[in-house]
Order: sequence, then C-alpha cells, then structure tokens
Amino acid sequence: MISVRVQPEDFDVGAELAALEGQGGGAVASFTGIVRADDGVEAMTLEHYPGMTEKALTALADQAKGRWPLCGVTVLHRVGTLKAGDRIVFVGTASDHRAAALEACTFLIDRLKTDAPFWKKEHRSEGDNWVEARARDDAAARSWD
Amino acid sequence: MALDILYFAWVRERVGVGAERIDLPDGVSTPLDLALWLAARGGGYAEAFSDPSRLRCAVDQDIVPLTADLANAAEIAFFPPVTGG
Repeated sequence: MISVRVQPEDFDVGAELAALEGQGGGAVASFTGIVRADDGVEAMTLEHYPGMTEKALTALADQAKGRWPLCGVTVLHRVGTLKAGDRIVFVGTASDHRAAALEACTFLIDRLKTDAPFWKKEHRSEGDNWVEARARDDAAARSWD
Repeated sequence: MALDILYFAWVRERVGVGAERIDLPDGVSTPLDLALWLAARGGGYAEAFSDPSRLRCAVDQDIVPLTADLANAAEIAFFPPVTGG
C-alpha cells in the first residue's frame, strides 16, 4: 500500500501509524517533522508545484519499495501557512523487519528534502525570507545513490 | 510551439506572475537559453534570471539540468533549490 497526500490540513499520527500496522508486517517506522521556532520563526508558508509534487512523492515511494521489502509506505506533506510547533511532514514505512522499515524511512525523508518541489518561506516579526537549501541535506540525499 | 512557463517561490515573486504562456523563441533550445531570454526582458525578470546558477528547473514535471533539451516540451517550471521536509 502506497499512500501519498499533499494537504493543508493537519493529520493524525496515531491513525497513520495504525493504518501501517494493519499492512501485515512486523515493523513500522515513522518520521514526523515539526515547524521549529528557530531564531524567532513564528510561522512558515509551504508552497509547492501541484501535480508534480504528488508525482515526485509517488516516485520516491516506488523507489523505496524497489529497494526494501515494504508492505506499506505513507508520505504526507502539509502546504499553506503553518505555525511553530505544527506538524509539517510524515513519512511512515511498514515491513517484516525493523532494518528495512527504518532504512526506508530515512531514505524517504532524506530524498524528499531534495527531490520534491516544496519551498518554505519563514515569517518572523521583523520580516519574511525564503529558506535556502542546505548542503548537508544534499549530502544526505546523495548518500543513498 | 506554445510553452507554459511556471514560476515558484522567489522566482514567482520577482517575476510577478505564477505562470504565462509563450511561443518558444527562435534560438532557445534549453532551459538555460530560456532563462537568459527571460532575463533580457529586464525588471523583475532580470532580478529572477540574471544568475541562472541559483535556479533549478523541471520540464514536463521532471527535474532536469538547465542544459536539457526543450524540444517537444509543453511545460517548464523555474524555481530555487527545493526546501521541503
């Protein structure tokens, strides 16, 4: 089961994990990303490329299924304006054993950061700025080549 | 041939629109050629496209190098390096 969703609404981590637990595997791993309040960030706006985003995330999920024996993959990303402390992204994997679930989960979030068309704009009391891509994210994503 | 151009993030803000349709100009065969052609419009386009090394692009919704072939493309998007997750 592959589930890819891009939505402004929040999501229920418990429900997402329960769906993965119901796929018949023996291991479920997940990553939840939260908007940090770094350096006075009050909120951020997530822009994306409708159509391509879903295609890129589905391609990543397919790649993960090709590399690890997964029985479930969920990739969920929020868009729009989010406040510090809000959930922003969820990646979950289900497999027979923990190594595949954990590795595939790391692969998915590392690659999502460099391969999926999302852009973050941070809002602070003193003004707004677009987040710059970081070299260490590129390095993490390429480590899976 | 008509080509839809989409702009995202600060590229969109500098250009001032999210999308436009053009006829592929003579002599433009790659995204890099198109970026330089757009920069020559001046104003916000010059601000957005004067340094193509800061840009990434997707042709028909696949990320490709700025040196890719634009022949037969229906849609191209220009944007900064992505920052999701």
